[in-house]
Amino acid sequence: MRRLRWGGTWLVTVFAVVGALVVGAVLIAVGDARTRDAATYFFSYPWDTFTEAGYAVRDAYAALLQGALFNPALSGTAALGPISETLVNATPLILTGLAVALAFRVGLFNIGAQGQIILGAVVAAYVGFAWDLPAGLHLLVALLGGVLGGTLWGGLVGWLKARTGAHEVITTIMLNYVAVNLLTFLLGLQGFQRPPYGQAISEAVAPSARLPLLLGPSLRVHLGLLVALAAAVGVWWLFTRSTLGFRLRAVGANPDAARTAGMAVGRLQVVAMAAAGGLAGLAGASQVLGVTGSVTGSVAGTVGFDAITVALLGRNNPYGVVAAGLLFGGMRAGSVQMQSATGVPVDLVGVLQALVVLFIAAPALVRAVFRLKPGGARAVGSELSAGWTR
Amino acid sequence: MSAPTSPAAVPDAVVVHARVEPTAGLRRRVVTGLLLVAVGLVTVLGWGLGSGPGDATFRFGGGAAIRLPDLTVPGTATPVLLGAVVLALGAFQLVRGFRLRRTPVVVGVTLACFVVAFLAWAMSGRAGGSIDVVQLLQSTVFLATPLVLGALAGVLGERSGVVNVAIEGQMLTGAFAGALVATLAGSLGAGVVGAVLAGAAVGWLLAVFALRYQVNQVILGVVLNAAALGFTGWAYKALMQADTERFNSPGVLQPLPIPLLSDLPVVGPLLFSANVVVYLMYVLVVALQVVLFRTRWGLRTRAVGEHPKAAATVGIPVLRVRYVNVVVAGGMAGLAGAYLSIGTIGPFTENMSAGKGFIALAAVIFGRWSPKGAVAASLLFGFFAALQTLVGILPTPAAVPSSFLAMLPYLATILAVAGFVGRVRAPAASGEVYP
Repeated sequence: MRRLRWGGTWLVTVFAVVGALVVGAVLIAVGDARTRDAATYFFSYPWDTFTEAGYAVRDAYAALLQGALFNPALSGTAALGPISETLVNATPLILTGLAVALAFRVGLFNIGAQGQIILGAVVAAYVGFAWDLPAGLHLLVALLGGVLGGTLWGGLVGWLKARTGAHEVITTIMLNYVAVNLLTFLLGLQGFQRPPYGQAISEAVAPSARLPLLLGPSLRVHLGLLVALAAAVGVWWLFTRSTLGFRLRAVGANPDAARTAGMAVGRLQVVAMAAAGGLAGLAGASQVLGVTGSVTGSVAGTVGFDAITVALLGRNNPYGVVAAGLLFGGMRAGSVQMQSATGVPVDLVGVLQALVVLFIAAPALVRAVFRLKPGGARAVGSELSAGWTR
Repeated sequence: MSAPTSPAAVPDAVVVHARVEPTAGLRRRVVTGLLLVAVGLVTVLGWGLGSGPGDATFRFGGGAAIRLPDLTVPGTATPVLLGAVVLALGAFQLVRGFRLRRTPVVVGVTLACFVVAFLAWAMSGRAGGSIDVVQLLQSTVFLATPLVLGALAGVLGERSGVVNVAIEGQMLTGAFAGALVATLAGSLGAGVVGAVLAGAAVGWLLAVFALRYQVNQVILGVVLNAAALGFTGWAYKALMQADTERFNSPGVLQPLPIPLLSDLPVVGPLLFSANVVVYLMYVLVVALQVVLFRTRWGLRTRAVGEHPKAAATVGIPVLRVRYVNVVVAGGMAGLAGAYLSIGTIGPFTENMSAGKGFIALAAVIFGRWSPKGAVAASLLFGFFAALQTLVGILPTPAAVPSSFLAMLPYLATILAVAGFVGRVRAPAASGEVYP
């Protein structure tokens, strides 16, 4: 039975990716100037349109792969460049994906990862440039500072939910904007902004607080990746091996039953949101201490929202999140190569990502399109309460 | 007069001497009262005693043919006085407690006092400081229009029981389609229609996935937003940037001043010299308020949103009502998008909705799921955005970080959903899967 369900889930995932790539291929063909030119004489030489479209799609997806995995044109250390970029992109996605997935498992929808990342990045950067500590300790304290920033920002949401019933979707969205404005304020503040105060960028993090690079100075992959993998193991342990995790899952499965069984549902929701915020804050810290070395207005990018798709694709399992983070990180890394080599905009990857999740969220649709047997995969997000009221 | 002869006698009329109205519970009364007192103290101490030497002049220009005279008030006494009013409200709330029914009035008066006091303070930095109130309100309407349309879309969807987090995506798609269609067809009117249809198409996607495939609606909204952002970004770079002339030069909808009405002081330049999208918005606000609360369709919509099973029992086609409402709502959000592109600057730019859909969502909740409330909330948010740009150019006595002004609407929304500003209740079946 368990194996059957797994088969269904995997099939739906694979077909969702295939379906997204097919739609993406159509977009590539439409956006390709040569294909559009060929389409103007479609009725005299219809085959030309299809060959041109085929070339465009082949080139674009080949560049995507080369940018994400392996580029035969490169040699030596540079050959590892694409992989390194994939891992660099995947690190914050995995950490934030875990943040979203953890909240999902407790029945909470954490759209606020964006704000939690910003808070984590701000605190980590501040500890990184303002405090003076010995090398190893400095990094540890800066990372913990990032966790603390995110924890407070996420915990506030949980507290509001538990105390007043304020729906977390609304409060997290609002706190995202508050965080963005807070960041704008800080980036114009003396003592945080980098002299000579012309640009909106923070002071640079001291070298003693930077995450060490894993594969030498020419590749950007850093220790944050291992932190992310450790965090995934930690979340897995929490949910499968600990009493707290059992309680959290119970609240996610049925809060009323959990309350009847004597669990403090409100307190567990606060714990869940605080932990989720901590993970997202860690992602912000890892970006600042590992990649950028300082905070700018775009420190969080779109990671907070991409992470929702990562969590959904990973079906809220820690190992699924790692896999989904690697997939989307690879697509992000490859899209840069794709744009520079073939001119297909990086935004295509955003469409692919959304489509994959859309198809996965509607297993009934995928089954209908690919004529799969019914049963098996459950819709993602079914553990969430649907409306605003509960 | 004699006493009733039998216990079964029925009195001729019931005389109501006093109606007992509920006031807030003690705990909430104290919390909100203290909140009011805090606002009053900020007004008196911050804006009043911290003011500069100048007077504050409120002008009422805005380019109308008939003008009102300027209003000059002392820069220190005004905030102190207004702060005293707020303090009095707070004291009354602490001692006696306002009736719950009065909450909107109290909140409104407090907010008005606070803002006017703040403006007087902001102008008092040096002598002769003045602002044009009509201009401020004009930019309020300008900034609020997409929010109002987006919020109406949210209200319509949620009243029928479908949570629409995809307002942002519908707006963005509408803005894109508006610019594209207007350029291709060479007609701005076609652009508006195209934007509405594009928004409705995204609404239709939302409806199909939410109602037929029963995807969790909040997740669905987030995913549709991501898809819209990716798709328009891709199309912008692949088509519009490559050939701006052919795909992205639509022109701008020109204002259509209404004769006579546009010459009135204050309201003329404010309300009656706008472009067609704004006039459509007026119509939609009134129409939605009437349709939702005065027509059969509105009753059905609300029934479906509150208790779909009961609605189905009396023969209302639940899913059809929801489909229609969600698609129409998508069209409204698409119209908001048209305002962003061809209604304001013309060409489409990447991610030009920039989170306005989420603010509209906040306005839906802040406005307690009613069209009237959504309009009020949108105007409030628009006002704060307008204020934020204005404060940058005023000679304020001390620097106000505009980031904090920008935070206020979001903090206010958090306070609202946390129940500090009256109880907020969503349509009961909003977001739930049916059947």
